[in-house]
Amino acid sequence: MGFKNYCFKKSLWVFHFGGASCNNCDIEILDCLTPRHDLERFGILLVGSIRHADVLLVNGSINTHDKERLIEVYNQAPKPILVVAIGACGCTGGYFTESYTFAGPVDKIIPVNAYVPGCPPKPEAIIAGIIKLIQNS
Amino acid sequence: MNTGLIIENFMEQFKSDILEVSVKNQKRIIITIMPDAIINVADFLYRKEEFRFIIATALHTKKGFEIHYHFSKDIIGLILNIHVILDKDNPQIESLSNIFNASNWIEREMHELLGINFLNHPNQEKLISEGNWAEGVYPLRKEFK
Amino acid sequence: MSKQTLIPIGPYHPLQEEPELFRLYCEGEIVKDIKWETGYNHRGIEKLSESKTYEQVFFLVERICGICSNSHPFAFANAVEEIADIEITNRAKYIRSIIGELERIHSHLLWVGLAGHFLGYNTVFMWAWKYREPVLDLFEMISGNRNSYAMFKVGGVRRDIEDSKIPIIQKILDDIKKKTDLLTGAVMDDPVIHARTKGVGILTKQDIIDYGAVGPTARASGVAIDVRKDDPYAAYPLVNWKVITSEAGDVFAKAEVRLLEIYESISIIRQCLDGLKKEKEGDISLKVKEIPEGIGNGRAEAPRGEVFHFVQSDGSNSPVRHKIRAPSYVNIATFKKSCIGQTIADATISLAAVDPCYCCTERMAVAYDLTSGEKIMNAFELINESLKKTIELKRTIKSQL
Repeated sequence: MGFKNYCFKKSLWVFHFGGASCNNCDIEILDCLTPRHDLERFGILLVGSIRHADVLLVNGSINTHDKERLIEVYNQAPKPILVVAIGACGCTGGYFTESYTFAGPVDKIIPVNAYVPGCPPKPEAIIAGIIKLIQNS
Repeated sequence: MNTGLIIENFMEQFKSDILEVSVKNQKRIIITIMPDAIINVADFLYRKEEFRFIIATALHTKKGFEIHYHFSKDIIGLILNIHVILDKDNPQIESLSNIFNASNWIEREMHELLGINFLNHPNQEKLISEGNWAEGVYPLRKEFK
Repeated sequence: MSKQTLIPIGPYHPLQEEPELFRLYCEGEIVKDIKWETGYNHRGIEKLSESKTYEQVFFLVERICGICSNSHPFAFANAVEEIADIEITNRAKYIRSIIGELERIHSHLLWVGLAGHFLGYNTVFMWAWKYREPVLDLFEMISGNRNSYAMFKVGGVRRDIEDSKIPIIQKILDDIKKKTDLLTGAVMDDPVIHARTKGVGILTKQDIIDYGAVGPTARASGVAIDVRKDDPYAAYPLVNWKVITSEAGDVFAKAEVRLLEIYESISIIRQCLDGLKKEKEGDISLKVKEIPEGIGNGRAEAPRGEVFHFVQSDGSNSPVRHKIRAPSYVNIATFKKSCIGQTIADATISLAAVDPCYCCTERMAVAYDLTSGEKIMNAFELINESLKKTIELKRTIKSQL
């Protein structure tokens, strides 16, 4: 097990980026922190700055206004960073691919390591996605 | 206070500006007026009759550009649509934002989405189009053959 | 010549960074002006709607906002059924109102949690979101999904609430009532919360009327407007309930109105469940052949206020024009009145009090120094300002006891 993988197997710090979303996914992500699912018992913490993060969660269909922000955030992220696209909008653009402001989906803008589909994905699905990511990385 | 009385007062006040009155039922009425009368009508509804401004909808149709201003008289559940039809080539109308603040954002949005000019708007700047689409592009306009 | 500093209003929830929505211009500690830009969430929904059939639009409008995900289909259904002059069955009315009120409960609990977080009461945040979970379980039981329930269609609802499910719903409602009592006690009686929220972010009656604000924001300032009473729809005229108002117009009044509305919602749901028992099981929708030409103005009372949908039909399968107005569109504009004159530490809670729907207002700004153009504070730091004030107040109040 390399040094990098050893680090990733311990507590993961997660940064969340919301694109043009309806916030269902954002709320389900926050729900993972609350007592029923309680991600913090795995050492997973949500942080306020991308520079402290190991994992970047992206949700929402990205519109042209957000695209630059997303690229900027990705560039500021300390490498290696694992990117997870959450929800139907994050994975493929969801319902909004035909819109005149659609600039995504996420994997056309930045490289993505894992996809968690759903509209919104249940907290259990998000946790399962992150764990699969750790096991495979 | 009932719908009949309100409509009577309105028709008395704006006899010469009314083009059409369409009554669906006691709670849904559409009155088409001359665009020039919009300031007086909005002032009358807001200050005298105490209506609340809900929002305005702009449309692009074969007749040109149309706007429905939606006013609500909450006590009786009445929605009064004040409907105006604007010129196809140079759509413009007086802004209502000097009467009340409720129309400020929607007039800016209608300007960005359809290109309607609101005269004397306190700050007709970009609201949602920054970074999303270019100047001179009006996403909600349609192509009519 | 006093220097004006620009301060960010941080991201609405503690995870966002950088998107600029609000810029607070401050002189010292006091907010003097607000500028905002939006557009981060613009998805072109009104235009998308014109290329979808009426049935497909329901799925689209549900995803305008996740927290009031039911209110938009509600208003849209009201608009389309108005065009076609359809009166839905009583059973469908009861089911629609049950879903609407369950959503109100979970949305208000969510808000209480966030307000608690911004004031530095993380326990309130954790409790409120934990007690919200049974409501989401109910949604999953009834509709199959925790959010975005896809329950509505033109002419009725898509799924029934069978009589066998009613006892489970009643039991969970009992539980929610007990937990709301706990939260209400914790929030309403705490002297620090009183100190942080009374007299803060005040909106007068005239402000509300001028901006056309709606929902608990308006009701907390004494403007008693509620679509469910003014322009009744679904099962609201069939059950007994009252509109909750308060007079002070400050953050405390808004919290009070929301907490008391949870009790009203529980009562409405119970009466609707009783009503369901009297209606024939399965009688939940009408066959609708076509939507004729015409115009519909539909509205519904979302947890945040009046949702308004305007639909124009030309007899075809898709709307010709679909205008959507969410309550936060008018409510957020009131920040100009409620934040100016406040200290920076109070700005976060004043903004939160209006309960801006994330997707309407999510991105908050960063602070820049007006003269040098340098970044001063980011959103995270702004929330910390608010937490610092709470800690200070706790110390003061403790020393006075």
